[in-house]
Amino acid sequence: MSTTTLPPTKKTEPVSAPKGGISDRARSERKLGWMLAGPAFVVMLAVTAYPILQAIYESLFSYRLTDPDNRAFTGLTNYAVILSDGLWWQSILVTLFITVVTVAVELVLGFGLAMVMAKALSSIRPVVRAAILIPYAVITVVSAFAWQFAFDINTGFVNSWFAWLPGVATDTDWFGEKWLSLLVICLAEIWKTTPFISLLLLAGLAQVPEVLQEAAQVDGATWWQRLWKVTIPNMKAAIMVALLFRSLDAFRVFDSIFIMTGGANGTESVSFLAYRQTIARLEIGLGSAVSVLLFIVVVLIAAAFIKGFKVDLSQARGE
Amino acid sequence: MSKRVRGKAPGPAPSRSGSPTRARSRRSLGSAAALLVAASTLAACGGDSGGASTLTWYINPDSGGQVEIASRCTDAAGGAYTIETAQLPRESAQQREQLIRRLAAEDSSIDIISLDPPYIPEFAEAGFLAPVPEDVAERVTEDVVQSAIDGATWNDQLVAVPFWANTQLLWYKKSVAEAAGLDMEQPVTWEQLVQAAEDQDTQIAAQGIRAEALTVWLNALIESAGGSIIEETADDPQDIQLGLESDAAEQAGEVMRAVSAVGGPAFTTAGEDANVTDFEEGDAGFMVNWPFVWGRALSAVEAGTLEASVPEDYGWALYPRVVEDEPSAPPYGGINLGIGAFSENVDGAFEAAECIVSEENQAYYFTTNGNPASKASVYDDPEVIEVFPQAPVIRESLELAAPRPLTVYYSEVSGALQRVYHPATAIDPASTGQAASELISAVLRGEQLL
Repeated sequence: MSTTTLPPTKKTEPVSAPKGGISDRARSERKLGWMLAGPAFVVMLAVTAYPILQAIYESLFSYRLTDPDNRAFTGLTNYAVILSDGLWWQSILVTLFITVVTVAVELVLGFGLAMVMAKALSSIRPVVRAAILIPYAVITVVSAFAWQFAFDINTGFVNSWFAWLPGVATDTDWFGEKWLSLLVICLAEIWKTTPFISLLLLAGLAQVPEVLQEAAQVDGATWWQRLWKVTIPNMKAAIMVALLFRSLDAFRVFDSIFIMTGGANGTESVSFLAYRQTIARLEIGLGSAVSVLLFIVVVLIAAAFIKGFKVDLSQARGE
Repeated sequence: MSKRVRGKAPGPAPSRSGSPTRARSRRSLGSAAALLVAASTLAACGGDSGGASTLTWYINPDSGGQVEIASRCTDAAGGAYTIETAQLPRESAQQREQLIRRLAAEDSSIDIISLDPPYIPEFAEAGFLAPVPEDVAERVTEDVVQSAIDGATWNDQLVAVPFWANTQLLWYKKSVAEAAGLDMEQPVTWEQLVQAAEDQDTQIAAQGIRAEALTVWLNALIESAGGSIIEETADDPQDIQLGLESDAAEQAGEVMRAVSAVGGPAFTTAGEDANVTDFEEGDAGFMVNWPFVWGRALSAVEAGTLEASVPEDYGWALYPRVVEDEPSAPPYGGINLGIGAFSENVDGAFEAAECIVSEENQAYYFTTNGNPASKASVYDDPEVIEVFPQAPVIRESLELAAPRPLTVYYSEVSGALQRVYHPATAIDPASTGQAASELISAVLRGEQLL
């Protein structure tokens, strides 16, 4: 299939640009870049790298918070315990399920909303944008409670409003069964974070050069062809960023599960498992090991995305 | 904030009113605002440098009773100390999580703690509770019901001050019991209740949710059948002897499964509050629950959200039996007061705790917040009986009540039980106990996740 994109390097390069080597200007820009990013980099090291290293260190110990005297080095035992436990693999599957379902639905919905925001009449555009963004402004715990109350068998309205749907009855207990619980959890997540994805896609949409659209239109391309051959290929980087951020976010899902089911009926996510070992059981070693494994999975996902999309983010700068 | 921050809070930055550009003055305004925020937060943390004379009481959420008692005791102290309250999360497991993290960091701002009894051994063993002086121990156990003393004891030492003692009763609709032909003057069994619920096409409301409440129910059933979840506790978690494969545990499993069949459509997600709603709305004719049920119904009538005829139909009796000729062992709950080991004023905190648990305050707390007293004499107070006609039954129930397993590893034991015994509809009495036993042992050995 042929797509119409401008090669990113060609977008800004002046014809007379000198080839090869770093110019003085580039060097001073790089220096300025480090000076601007430096403080943030130091803060990141302090608040991110340090805890990660500490978690890796703690994960090698058998250490209970209330019993510090019996702290003992156990090497990789904690990892062996986790990886040989069915609960870990079940949590991985549940987390993957939530991630894939919510991100896929959000991408489609978010793209639609981004189009609406981009094309809306300029007079109502601010209103549309605000309305679409409201769910994202709601705190996750609050949204989880709202969805729980809505589906609750005693206080909820869903059962009586939607009883005409097949499979829904006035006495359907949404949180009493694994797949129904996961359905509500996914719905809550989708409602809450679709605005985020649509916002990122809107930024990508704005980057698609209008000239390409016009050229395609002159050539007689239909709306659908322009979408698939012009718009989407030109916003590949934005789509990747949106998907990557959301997938990493979705993989760490915790709040909705904690509020709605408390992990009952096999709805525990990996983050929930880490919470239970570290905070409830106070087994700092075992919990740290779960967190480290979660971190590794997240890194793998990020690497897979960047490889799979073959997008170099620095290209966006036109270097 | 784990430790009190003392020291001068920085003031707002001098404003650069003479700056030539707009952008810069906006920036300086921004940083001044940021500093102001920082200053006010610091001030909030460092607030009372009054030091020893201010005691902080970490309370579980209630209907305002503990705040009132704190102010009464502050007045009674005549300036010796001031009690401030700080509210903990709603769920007892989350209260424990917060307190343990703070105490593990040796938080000196924790003077008095409202503690849920099952967690007391863990706190005591970790050295988070200041030892109770002998004379105090003698005074605060005088005339106190036995289950409340047991719940405040670890390794034969009183480690907390008994405050209020809770127990579950069997609540029933008089009309339903009458129609079913149950003689509620006599002790009833779970089997009879299930039969009656089936006959009358009604539900039994019990706590089938995967939460601490499920452990409470399971423990009461096993104890009522003459068994125990932990038959012998030990310092080394691997030596703990479990009683989950006993006949008593099997009987308990049978009761849970039978009740879950008549527990209504949301049985496996119903906690205490959902139970009351079912009972008030008439879906359930029987319910096991704490005495707050009564206060809640009366205030709902007052607020006009519940017909007055509903609580008039309420009946109450001792917790149902598992074995016909054995008295039941109802759940024991409530709150005991621990004194933080890192408190800067342990003596003052014990003095304050003695004031908090005085007979007068317990009677006040019982009648206004519906939380039953641990002192037996309160139950003879005519004012209490007028507000709580259940008082004599509650007292009787407290004498029979059995605590949940006393162990340092309670959180693990309870968490594992909840995982295996939930949902109650899927319990196989013959094998569930063994599965729970294996899981608890593996978790205590650190060989399995929870």
